[in-house]
Amino acid sequence: MTSFEPVIGLEIHVQLDTATKMFCSCALSFGEPPNTRCCPVCLGLPGALPVVNAKAIEYGLMIGMALESELADRSIFHRKNYFYPDNPKAYQISQYDEPLCRGGRLGDVRIHRVHLEEDAAKLIHVGETGRIHGSDTSIVDFNRCGTPLVEIVTEPDVKSAEQAREWLQLLRETLRQLEVSDVDMSQGSLRCDANISIRPVGETGFGTKTELKNMNSFAFIERGIKAEVIRQTEIVRGGGDVIQETLHFDPRTERITSLRSKEEAHDYRYFPEPDLVPIRIAPEMLDTARAAVPELPAARAARYEAAGVSADNAKDLAFRAELAARFDDALPVADSAQATAALFLNQGELAAEVEPESVATVSNLVGAKALTPGNVRAVLEILAERGGDPADVVASEGLGAIADDGQLEGIVEDALAANADAAEKIRGGNMKAIGAIIGHVMRETKGRADGGEVTRLVRAKLGL
Amino acid sequence: MIDREQVLHVARLARLELSDAEVERMSGELTGILGHIEKIGELDLDGVCPTSHVVEVTNKLRADEPRPSWPREKILGAAPAVRDDGFEVPSPQA
Ligand SMILES: [Zn+2]
Repeated sequence: MTSFEPVIGLEIHVQLDTATKMFCSCALSFGEPPNTRCCPVCLGLPGALPVVNAKAIEYGLMIGMALESELADRSIFHRKNYFYPDNPKAYQISQYDEPLCRGGRLGDVRIHRVHLEEDAAKLIHVGETGRIHGSDTSIVDFNRCGTPLVEIVTEPDVKSAEQAREWLQLLRETLRQLEVSDVDMSQGSLRCDANISIRPVGETGFGTKTELKNMNSFAFIERGIKAEVIRQTEIVRGGGDVIQETLHFDPRTERITSLRSKEEAHDYRYFPEPDLVPIRIAPEMLDTARAAVPELPAARAARYEAAGVSADNAKDLAFRAELAARFDDALPVADSAQATAALFLNQGELAAEVEPESVATVSNLVGAKALTPGNVRAVLEILAERGGDPADVVASEGLGAIADDGQLEGIVEDALAANADAAEKIRGGNMKAIGAIIGHVMRETKGRADGGEVTRLVRAKLGL
Repeated sequence: MIDREQVLHVARLARLELSDAEVERMSGELTGILGHIEKIGELDLDGVCPTSHVVEVTNKLRADEPRPSWPREKILGAAPAVRDDGFEVPSPQA
């Protein structure tokens, strides 16, 4: 049987975290009462004229820089015409053939384009209540209408549902660290559509694609794409043809349903927005945007990996910008980048209260076997409380690892004598029983014994 | 020439219901409008850049500073019907 592979492109809408809307000075809405953040511009009243929010351009440029896009010298807005009650003007101001950014890459996925547009109003559908017999109505709240949006479109480089989820997590973290959006999927400030098709493995052409709309959590995205790939594969295997259409994934039932005929919905009759003049990207605008772009997760993770941190730990640190900044301060004094990274990740909250250089020093002491892993937390707690030199704290609190084998040997002998049952079991081949011996030694030494060393001594004493 | 089918297509996109007489009239009017545009084709436009705007102005930008929105009563005053502090409209899903 032919095996198929998915070809997936993603379209992400991001609400920008500006103070005001895209084309008017209404403040953005965060759950205010309906229709309290509106004016003639965002209601599309006759004669009202839009004016572009400079901050939205700056944020758009920052996103383009973060995604390594080519930034336009000149960019214009278009009207995208469609008739729907979420849109009072009967067109959305968007961008068409002169977007703010083209091309680019994030991780293993290429970017097709990045453009600016405005969000639509919220519709609340209400069932029949008897006012007009047999009719349903919708209630429109225009607070969200005109909120600045950036649309990011990828190339069809995504090969699986898992990759889609992972990549979107990287994108979300990148946008979060750019501080251009609150990227809260449950509140709709980050929304994702997926264009999905399948093709026989080895082929380079594309099958007919469907568009899976508005998935609002990473889990739904992964499950939705999986379900759609299975649906398409079954159609093709059954000798049928996939129809190009817009689909909705219901996460409760795992069912995919058709939304509307795509062909007609996409007859948007774009034309240049006559109410807005072109944007010319001036060098000062680029400078301002560039200065606001911090080191981002993908670059940071790569730098940590190059310094010797494992891929997983490098990514985990890079996704926690504040902890990563502390790790950066610790790195120059760390004997092992990996051990220090792991310590920061394992003791995140506590490590954040200790001078970063001291965290590295604690890690170094463990590496040099001067401190056991079991006493790391105790040392960090003292350092968090009153600071000081880690080696001094270890010495003054008597938390140093027992370096003298003779001393440890005596304690192990006592432990074996006190736990004769366990010793017998170990001799009989039940190595689990060694826990009782190690526990005894650790109590006696207040955790200052090296577990590996204790095990070695027990085996030696018992002639194993 | 904008034919009957094209008029009906655009009317459907705009959710407009047109009588046969209106379709006929629109077909003529829209054809006339496009005729004006086609006149431009008679000119020699080699070397003229396409333009999207009639004025040579760029970057009319606004600082990201909020100003008061309109009072809701005034906003909803323009609504054909009001329900739950919102604009009540026929459901597009119906
Ligand atoms: Zn407004």
